Amino acid sequence: MKARTDRRVLAVLALVAVTTATPFVWALSISLKSEESVFSPGLLPTSTRTTAHLSPQAEEVPVRVLRRLDDGRLRVKVLSGDSRRIVDIDGPVREERRLDPHFENYPRAWTAYPFLSFGRAYLNSLVVALLVTLGQVVTSALAAYAFARLRFWGRDVLFFAYLATMMVPGAVTLIPTFVLLKNMPDALNALLGTDWFSRDLVVGGKVLGTDSYFALIAPRCFSAYGTFMLRQFFLSVPRELEEAAVLDGCGSLGVLRHVVLPLSRPALATLAIFTFMWAWGDFFWPLIVTRSDEIKTLPLLLQTFQGQYGAQWNLLMAASVMGFLPMVGVFLLGQRQFIEGIKLGAVKG
Amino acid sequence: MSALARASSASGAPSSARRALPRGLADLARGLAFLAPNFLGFLLFTAVPVVAIFAVAFTRGDYTTGVDPESGRFFIDAQWAGVHWFRVLWADPRFWQSLWNTLFLMLSVPIQMALALGLALLLNQRVPGRTAWRALLFLPTVAAGLALYMVWRQIYNQDHGLLNGFLAALGIVAPGEGPDWLGDPALAKPALLVMLVWIAMGGTNMVLYLAALQDVPRSLYEAAAIDGAGTWDRFRHITWPALRPTTFFILTTNLIGGVQIFDQVLVMTGGGPEGATTTLLYLIYQNVYEYEGKLGYAAALSVVLFGLVLAATFATWLGNRGAREAP
Repeated sequence: MKARTDRRVLAVLALVAVTTATPFVWALSISLKSEESVFSPGLLPTSTRTTAHLSPQAEEVPVRVLRRLDDGRLRVKVLSGDSRRIVDIDGPVREERRLDPHFENYPRAWTAYPFLSFGRAYLNSLVVALLVTLGQVVTSALAAYAFARLRFWGRDVLFFAYLATMMVPGAVTLIPTFVLLKNMPDALNALLGTDWFSRDLVVGGKVLGTDSYFALIAPRCFSAYGTFMLRQFFLSVPRELEEAAVLDGCGSLGVLRHVVLPLSRPALATLAIFTFMWAWGDFFWPLIVTRSDEIKTLPLLLQTFQGQYGAQWNLLMAASVMGFLPMVGVFLLGQRQFIEGIKLGAVKG
Repeated sequence: MSALARASSASGAPSSARRALPRGLADLARGLAFLAPNFLGFLLFTAVPVVAIFAVAFTRGDYTTGVDPESGRFFIDAQWAGVHWFRVLWADPRFWQSLWNTLFLMLSVPIQMALALGLALLLNQRVPGRTAWRALLFLPTVAAGLALYMVWRQIYNQDHGLLNGFLAALGIVAPGEGPDWLGDPALAKPALLVMLVWIAMGGTNMVLYLAALQDVPRSLYEAAAIDGAGTWDRFRHITWPALRPTTFFILTTNLIGGVQIFDQVLVMTGGGPEGATTTLLYLIYQNVYEYEGKLGYAAALSVVLFGLVLAATFATWLGNRGAREAP
């Protein structure tokens, strides 16, 4: 009785799992096929080798069938050695399918777009996501500690204001932030009497304003959600430990660093993981604020790639596998952490 | 001698009143110092923009700033436009179409939630290799993004896509004559919806449901079994109420995300065909980026989007409160 229930459950799960896995397997499969066989049926990247005897006594050589002539003979192109000639033959051709993965599609896709390689895009995404994560964790932890433990005038009003902004969708702050960044360099230049702020940065993009690393990173370093989540966690740290640290001569910053933060590692890890994932995959904001190729992140490269190589399915799929592989890899390595993080991050109101 | 000083000297602690104020100030300074990094960013990139979006929605101009050389005064190029942009919006069929499209695609939220709950209930049974199943089902959520949307665009390709190939293999459509999923105005939205559901069904929602299911006290089910409650009764009277906080959380976050669908549209359909997949956020993007000088219109659209998010959040909150108060 129990075993039968289990089997039905497993059957449904298996069906869902196949549905889930199919697009990935398909993309992988196409990415390894050659241009000619990209639409051939079957998941395995195969190629067909056609051979024929040019005359009954001759050795078998690779050929390509051009067309069948009216008299029933085949016109073929000989593909072996230096005798690339076209001959008509009587005999049949033999077709042999063999496994032929075209791994070179990956390096080809890697460098296909001349102004921005995958290497640079990965690096940009990594640097931007790491700095955004660092920024969010540091600013959120400081603010969360203030809201959780420090007593000062206006604290609760301010906290309520923070909570309220968690509901503001990113799409709403987009336009004013864009306008703000656009005006920032000129305003600062005028204020300080320089032209430094509108210059190009050596590593790419401008110093400030739109089309800069600053625009990709700075607006995203502050998180009401992160502050809220860490505050809830900090509240659960035993007060006695903090008081003991104060008696030992720790200031507020010392208590935060030596007592609260070490005890809040799971919450910090959760915030870090999800901030990183979000910053790594974010598309809309970078799409709006970047113009120069050298500062573009991975999603922007993929979008450009699709525009240019949309017809070359094998390269397109190679690019897309390179797009999702890093995150999938990270997830498979740290699966347990991920799942625990999701549960921890869901602070229910 | 002031009343305050007299009171403190009367209490026998002459210095405490003098110290009270500086101490409060010191606390405030310390609190603000901890808050400052976050608060400045919050002010600059959240609070000011939220106020400003309304300002932009009621003005027109190109919003360049500078210092007027004659008067030496700071200026910003914007003129008051009143409700002009909202009038434009009301009369714009593209706005109504995008609103409808957005609401249609938000249908994915209840569907993906139901499937997530179903999968969580399955995984909550005695299943061998639960962690492996969960990892596999979670994969689309991890991989979600431009790369995955590119794959789905090809899956829906009319001539060589996986879906039409599959349908042809089953004999449902003639080979090479399958529907143009993303190119047909009637099919593009449902096609996007299916992909959204596919991505989300085994993801975060399912993980949260599964965790919540494991927290339901086993004794409740045992008691119900003694009372002779069937599977459906147990689900209705024990499981579903126990999951309510989780459902509320998931519904709120998914709705807020659902209002802001954009990446998928840009990659897969470009808002077409005939605007059939232009979401509100996509329309905002077009007005910021493609049509010059329409920033005010984009801002007005953003205000509407904001309203939609608030309405969705408020509705779920009301629903949750109603459910909690019901006996």
